Amino acid sequence: MNDTFEIHDLHVSVEDKPILKGVNLTIRKGEVHALMGPNGSGKSTLANSIMGHPKYTVTAGQILLKGENILALGTDERARKGLFLAFQYPCEVPGVRTANFLRLACNARAGRDLDVMEFYDKLEAKMKVLDMDEKYLKRYLNEGFSGGEKKRNEILQMMMLEPEFAVMDETDSGLDIDALKVVSHGVNQLRGPGLGILIITHYERILRYINPDFIHILVDGKIIKSGGPELAGHLEEHGYDWIVKDQVPA
Amino acid sequence: MNPLPQELLRGTYKEGFHDDIKPIHQVPKGASHEVIDYMCDVKDEPDWMREFRHRSLDLFRKQQLPDWLPGLRDIDYDAITYYASPVEKSARKWEDVPEEIRRTYDKLGIAKEEQKLLGGLGAQIDSEMAYHNIQETLAKKGVVFLSCDDGMKQYPEIFRAHFAQAIPPEDNKFAALNSAFWSGGSFVYIPKGVKCDVPLSVYFRINAEQFGQFERTLIVVDDDAFCHYVEGCSAPIYTTHSLHAAVVEIFVKDRARCRYTTIQNWSTDVYNLVTKRSFLYKNAVMEWVDGNLGSKRTVKYPSCYMMGEGAHGEVLSLASADKGMWQDAGAKMVFFAPNCTGRINSKSLSGHGGRSSYRGLVQVRDGAKNCRVQVNCDALILDEKSRSDTYPTMEVDGDLATVEHEASVSNVSEEQLFYLMSRGIKKEDAVSMIVNGFIEPIVKELPMEFAVEINRLINLQMEGSVG
Repeated sequence: MNDTFEIHDLHVSVEDKPILKGVNLTIRKGEVHALMGPNGSGKSTLANSIMGHPKYTVTAGQILLKGENILALGTDERARKGLFLAFQYPCEVPGVRTANFLRLACNARAGRDLDVMEFYDKLEAKMKVLDMDEKYLKRYLNEGFSGGEKKRNEILQMMMLEPEFAVMDETDSGLDIDALKVVSHGVNQLRGPGLGILIITHYERILRYINPDFIHILVDGKIIKSGGPELAGHLEEHGYDWIVKDQVPA
Repeated sequence: MNPLPQELLRGTYKEGFHDDIKPIHQVPKGASHEVIDYMCDVKDEPDWMREFRHRSLDLFRKQQLPDWLPGLRDIDYDAITYYASPVEKSARKWEDVPEEIRRTYDKLGIAKEEQKLLGGLGAQIDSEMAYHNIQETLAKKGVVFLSCDDGMKQYPEIFRAHFAQAIPPEDNKFAALNSAFWSGGSFVYIPKGVKCDVPLSVYFRINAEQFGQFERTLIVVDDDAFCHYVEGCSAPIYTTHSLHAAVVEIFVKDRARCRYTTIQNWSTDVYNLVTKRSFLYKNAVMEWVDGNLGSKRTVKYPSCYMMGEGAHGEVLSLASADKGMWQDAGAKMVFFAPNCTGRINSKSLSGHGGRSSYRGLVQVRDGAKNCRVQVNCDALILDEKSRSDTYPTMEVDGDLATVEHEASVSNVSEEQLFYLMSRGIKKEDAVSMIVNGFIEPIVKELPMEFAVEINRLINLQMEGSVG
């Protein structure tokens, strides 16, 4: 059984402009990877490409989910196969109640209609972990949610959908320290042998609460350095300039 | 609302069948004085009504269509049959309804069981009410629920005091046409203080081809009373056109409340040109919940005329324009009295090249001090072939009036679709979620079974429209 999520030599363009220029990355289940990089390095492009956003065109390379190339699959199919993206800017969908949305999503992921009582029991338990009020469920999806509420809702969805590989796109941005702690607590609860996580972030702050096994530095569409958790400390001390300068041009 | 399961999202206009039902009475095509005389004879109507009808036909012939109302020039009034009755009289028992008509209603799901949830049920086919009945408990309280023809005969005083008082034949060309050839519809009277908690429901069906259905509804809700009237409608799919020109007049007396819910689902052969108006007296409340899902062309602006101080009117309007449809829907609020309030909430969908327009009038007359009205209209356009327009008119003469108007036009956004699909939801289900979410503020006001039906119809229409 292949328990990996692999990205091979991925090239992605947006409106004919190359953004990713050959990204290679392998994540095994049970591992937490952090992808860091300065603004404009292509972090969000990677996240959106993994999920198949129509705006991003893959010009070369492969993305393999448990050995299967998923590039030809639609966004919804990728999700049903166990891929998850926690959005940097979760979208508002007026008129759609959060509970209804969650139930439909969970049914889609499960491939069958789940028992309603079981679903709500699980939902209640997960919301407790994230310190979320039941009122969320009746509210329209993300509509009028604060930044922190939106991010919590993303983690809640991740907990409910139980993906095998999850990409978290700047989940820490716009969160105050308390919200960050709650969100990190949720992610740490999810950590385990059945889940591989890629945390995308500009700052190392979130990595104090979620300790990654590996750190990768993305600059100008390429991963230019990979290493253990100690990389984050270097970055904090020296900034991205250090690592960019340190690079020997290919 | 929950998006509906997939199996309910499939199919086409399921009401598009027609049945072979022999009319007992049918007249030659065309709008003529001879047809009026024939109708008056058959219906055994009083002289004043005969005169009213003839006068109305003359008015119809004289009246021009307003310039702002395009798309109706190609109606061939001579090709239409103005009266056809498959029944001799309105049955009180379902068993007494002729079998072939019962079969039609069975196919439409207007089954006998539905009455259990309703205070009363009426069913009109072509020109006449085939069935009209009311729960005994309501009848004992004095609630009257009859076909309009029977109302005229059995309650002549109430009838004559209100008939054509809100909408005289001079009002517009189609009101004149209705006044000349009206037949069927409901007569409702709710006595003082009686709360009719369960809805009175009527289903209108056109079965004949190239037909004109001109039902007439008159509702009087007396002081402190309440009533909820619900109507639905459908027609077969032919290659020719039919005409539905109804007139609905409602009188909501002091402190009374009336809610009128419509689910219009005509086939795309039908011109639906309806005048609906309510007069609101002191502290009265009127709510129009108006869902327009079918027809070739709909022209309809449910109206609230604030005649008494402190009245409150609402129009919740939902229009869905699919291929070949033009929904020209909206609302009118006219303030004649002080301290009145009004709210218009309009939502429209356009897909597959359909067109929807919001047309609204807010008028605060001199002397109507301190009135407030809020207008919201939102349009969701599903593809580039489709169209939406907004034509709001505000005329304020009264002092201290507050008029708010907000409008928005949007598309189903790529970002919303991507977000929902990233959770494993299929594209067509995601579109349906977004569309149903958009109309949810209106749909949540509908009775449960109508809410389900409207979601089903809209999902059918909008399926595949986002490319």
